[in-house]
Amino acid sequence: MENLLEVKNLTTRFHTFDGIVHALNGVTFHVGKGEILAVVGESGSGKSVAMMSILGLLPSPPATIDAGSAKLFTKDTAVDLLTLSKAEMNRVRGRQIGFIFQDALSALNPVMTVGSQISETLVRHLDFSWGRARTRTIELMNQVGIPGAAQRLNQYPHQFSGGMRQRVMIALAAACRPRLLIADEPTTALDVTVQAQILELVLRLQREMDLSLIWITHDLGVVAGLADRVLVMYAGRPVETAPVDTLYDHPLHPYTRGLLRAVPSLDRDTKAPLESIEGLPPDLLSPPCHCQFAWRCPCVFDRCWQDNPPYLEVAPGHIVTCFYDLDNGRPH
Amino acid sequence: MQRYFISRVIQSLLVLAGVLMMVFFMMHLTGDPAGLMASRNASPEEIARLRDQMGLNRPMTIQFFEFAIDVLSGDFGNSTRYHQPAMDLILERLPATVELASISLFISMIIGIPLGLLGGSNPNSMVDYLARGAGLFGQTVPNFWLALILILVFGLHLGWFPTFGRETWRFMGLTLPTRSVFLPACSLSLFTLGQLARFTRSAVMEVRSEDYILTARSKGLSVRRIYIQHILRNASIPLISIVGVQFGYLLSGSIYIETIFSWPGLGNLLADAIGNRDFALVQGIAFFSSFVVVILNLLTDMAYATADPRVRYGE
Amino acid sequence: MGNNKMSEPQKAQGHQGATGLGVDQQKKQGVMPVLQYVWRLFWRDKPGLLGLIMVLILVFCAVGAPWITAYDPVKPNLRDAKKPPVWMENGIKGHLLGTDNLGRDLFTRIIYGSRVSLTVGFLGVLMACSAGMAIGMAAGYFGGRIDALIMGLVNMILALPYLVFVVFIAAILGRSLLNVILIFGLTDIPIFVRIARGEVLRMREAGFIESAQSVGASTFRILSTHVLPNLIGPLITLATFEMSAMIFYEAGLGFLGLSVPPNVPSWGNMLAVGRQYLTIYPWFATFPGLAIVFAGIGMNLLGDWLRDALDPRLRRMKR
Ligand SMILES: Nc1ncnc2c1ncn2[C@@H]1O[C@H](COP(=O)(O)OP(=O)(O)O)[C@@H](O)[C@H]1O
Ligand SMILES: [Mg+2]
Repeated sequence: MENLLEVKNLTTRFHTFDGIVHALNGVTFHVGKGEILAVVGESGSGKSVAMMSILGLLPSPPATIDAGSAKLFTKDTAVDLLTLSKAEMNRVRGRQIGFIFQDALSALNPVMTVGSQISETLVRHLDFSWGRARTRTIELMNQVGIPGAAQRLNQYPHQFSGGMRQRVMIALAAACRPRLLIADEPTTALDVTVQAQILELVLRLQREMDLSLIWITHDLGVVAGLADRVLVMYAGRPVETAPVDTLYDHPLHPYTRGLLRAVPSLDRDTKAPLESIEGLPPDLLSPPCHCQFAWRCPCVFDRCWQDNPPYLEVAPGHIVTCFYDLDNGRPH
Repeated sequence: MQRYFISRVIQSLLVLAGVLMMVFFMMHLTGDPAGLMASRNASPEEIARLRDQMGLNRPMTIQFFEFAIDVLSGDFGNSTRYHQPAMDLILERLPATVELASISLFISMIIGIPLGLLGGSNPNSMVDYLARGAGLFGQTVPNFWLALILILVFGLHLGWFPTFGRETWRFMGLTLPTRSVFLPACSLSLFTLGQLARFTRSAVMEVRSEDYILTARSKGLSVRRIYIQHILRNASIPLISIVGVQFGYLLSGSIYIETIFSWPGLGNLLADAIGNRDFALVQGIAFFSSFVVVILNLLTDMAYATADPRVRYGE
Repeated sequence: MGNNKMSEPQKAQGHQGATGLGVDQQKKQGVMPVLQYVWRLFWRDKPGLLGLIMVLILVFCAVGAPWITAYDPVKPNLRDAKKPPVWMENGIKGHLLGTDNLGRDLFTRIIYGSRVSLTVGFLGVLMACSAGMAIGMAAGYFGGRIDALIMGLVNMILALPYLVFVVFIAAILGRSLLNVILIFGLTDIPIFVRIARGEVLRMREAGFIESAQSVGASTFRILSTHVLPNLIGPLITLATFEMSAMIFYEAGLGFLGLSVPPNVPSWGNMLAVGRQYLTIYPWFATFPGLAIVFAGIGMNLLGDWLRDALDPRLRRMKR
């Protein structure tokens, strides 16, 4: 599969009063064309910061992107998103890459009608007239399953239910048929039943529009039926990347293994208590000069405290960031 | 929204009823309104006679209801000094105060709001320091002192502006302000200017950090559109209420500025009335100013409700 | 200070789980590190540091007035009356800022004037704050009718033209220090009520109060050990701003001849005299005004700093 986005060694820091927050420490991953990548990790692990860094959406100060590249491949050229000028970046945002935020209530402008918030993207990127944008907006709203779109167009976000609001958000992100859709925990704020609908909707759009999709979640449970590939993040670093089945059947990082144990599933013995990983994520204020998981790791040994583990491709497409070989019960 | 309006109107009426009571009982704070009203060297017999005359020996509740009925029919009693109905005196002074208040508000708005907007959009820039400085000085420089300094510099030293009284210019049947309003209006506008700059600035900064601005950026909108459509639009809604509140404050008349410049408005009348221990007039002014402020707050809230769709289409 | 700077420690604290000035830091690390932390907060926010220094100077002047200047602030000395400041023509040595119409040293009177201002400010705020805190806590804690009644009154008073009523009351009560303190102490209660109530409601929403009730703590205990400590931050911040406002209003009353008796050296009284002599002896009015501005700026800068350091949420809650 051809790659759409290649992120290498992305390093983002926040310069705060208490010190430097090392939010991302060399994040490397890629997304293929038409592929669905799930990004998983506890909250605070840097999932959102990674995506926002790529799109240049972080507030600066306090954020700085200190290293890395993020190549976006269009027809036959590749551009590094991190080196784009503001104007060039504005042509990528919304046009090439759409972003779905977690909480649609706060992510939609409360004093603008829903319709004009969708339309303005079309006017901006596709040179639509406002009239034409309006027609297209109604189509889009129908497409994402908002009944009575022609009337609801003129309503304000607070007049929508949570699920409907998230649909608006999705319509907005997908309005210009971007090539990549980034969904940052789009269902976290919603009821369980609505969650499934939203998930289905995004998957349908992905198929219909032939998009690539990055789906961010801290819940490994929903990933199985959704993603092609999974990226597990911990304390601002990917710890393991693998095709979804490989990851579930054969996790190679102690953290991934711990996460999977914490997922309730139907086929396991329900009497066995769910395990969770002991301890808390590290304080990102200290610079990462060793494996960040070492404090909580059941397999920790002296090497883990000396170095950052490198990316290790144990099988094609299966990358793990760990010194310890879980399969053989000894260091690599 | 209609429900909201109705409840706001009822609330305002309750406030006015409360004001009526306060104004009435304030006179009884010392226990002897007649003693307050009498001239300083009145003999006890004279005071007693006055007490009788004013009906102060009757039960308090009866006195209050009489007072309330009088006020509701627009009668604040007679000024003991001018021997005229207090209401007439107040209405006579009102135009001067309205002129001064409007011009002060205008000055504050054309300087304060842009300053706040620019400051809030460019944190820690030169304009931002200016906006913050305006806010700080507006709050700490007393306008009665500033007035004195302005008189010294622009009135006495440079001689550019009159420092005394109000002159108007009659043109096609309209009474228009002249240069005489400049110094009083400048002194009076300092506080409001600072408040507007401060408030606008923080409104802009708050809106800038909202999630929907991030969304707007993620859509690739131009900086201009984000600024006008998203930031300014949202930041201007809370501005409605601060402008309304400030106008109420200005309209209640500045006792300092009007006395310093001998500006024939409500504040000046109040200072006079206090100097003359003309408490019927003081009562009248206090109630009238409160009335103006309450009505203005009501109008402001209604404007706000109409401007903000979250209120307009009730939550 | 500014909101922009505010957001950064706020976020950083958020991810560390520390609150405001770091009560938990105090527990963990003892007094010295906390002092160091406070110092760093001041050092980062230079205007706050400036405000602190200005307020300290003010307090020093009020407390040490007799040591700072040798002149009597009240006794007339007509021989030296109406002398301009030293740097002006006819200024005489020993009278830095000149003398007033009765020959009293202006510098001395300004220094002594800080006593009136600070007394009114401090006692007035103390009164308003303690009463407002109690009433606000009751309103927020008990809710229902009591709350509705209290807030109805509070909103009514806050909706009135403040100055008109203050002047009205002052005219009725007559000139004395006690009256001035009472006037400000009473009329300022509503603001504190509003803030205290708001904080209690926030704690209720966060579930603190319910959880304390569920383990059977008494009302008094909940209020004194759970609610009160959380009120201190916001109230101290507000108190600083209100103190500056009271100094401002006291000077205003003095200017109208409605504050402390005329012979007492206060900034407002001095301005009132200054106004009469404005055209001939402009320095009478100039310097007391500067003193008022000095006090106001110091307290406002300190207040801004406190607001950021203690509670980033408290914004724009002032009158
Ligand atoms: N504006 C900021 N200032 C300081 N630290 C920040 C800021 N934004 C995010 N961080 C830090 O970056 C880390 C990653 O955050 P984030 O990407 O939001 O996590 P998540 O994986 O839950 O999306 C967190 O530890 C957070 O504290
Ligand atoms: Mg996130």
